[in-house]
Amino acid sequence: MTIKLLYFAKLREALGTGGEEIALPAGVADVAALRKHLAARGDAWQELTRSQSLRAALNQRMVGPEAAIADGDEVAFFPPVTGG
Amino acid sequence: MSVSVQREAFDVGAEIAALTRDNHGIGAVASFVGLVRDMNAGHGVDAMVSAMTLEHYPGMTESALQEIVAEARSRWDLLGTRVVHRYGRLEPGEAIVLVIAAASHRGEAFAACEFIMDYLKTRAPFWKKEEGAGGTECARWVDARESDETAAVRWKNSNHP
Repeated sequence: MTIKLLYFAKLREALGTGGEEIALPAGVADVAALRKHLAARGDAWQELTRSQSLRAALNQRMVGPEAAIADGDEVAFFPPVTGG
Repeated sequence: MSVSVQREAFDVGAEIAALTRDNHGIGAVASFVGLVRDMNAGHGVDAMVSAMTLEHYPGMTESALQEIVAEARSRWDLLGTRVVHRYGRLEPGEAIVLVIAAASHRGEAFAACEFIMDYLKTRAPFWKKEEGAGGTECARWVDARESDETAAVRWKNSNHP
């Protein structure tokens, strides 16, 4: 399946990109697996598994690591929010 | 529209007037305005904030704020709500966020206003980057505060876990 990825704030700067579209291999079907898949790229991408505080949103709603991903989904990773 | 995410400054008086116009069941309007300060954690010149830039997640910011307002309306008997949150580069003294809650009486209005702010602080996808004395060269991302999480958690109760 193909998904859209978005990265924000400090994470975006560390990764050097605000987002991408990728095809996922079979077996990468939830947020936790997606984080591992991206971290395997190495370097700054390891932040995706290293960071305890990184948040995830699936189709613009905050979700936990167990959230299932489907074809065409939008997944965003970002640090804890600091609005208001 | 109850919720707006925008670059432009807002006018608190005009917003309250718009909310209360022809809505004469309203007996209480509670409002909160968040502003950019010129000082943050740290000491002396290191703590100086000369400007702040707010990044946000277009689409999710609006829906997250709408969800928070809907939650407030389900908990309290409200007659009107309004949230305006700015993004982009702001300087000390500028307003960042406006929350207004209107009800028949002040209990609901005060509580809903505080609730919306507490939830917004932990759930609305905005991120602040501060510029210090060195300008954009030494800009630093603001860290989330544990006290904000604590403030949000205290609204959990048996009816709304």
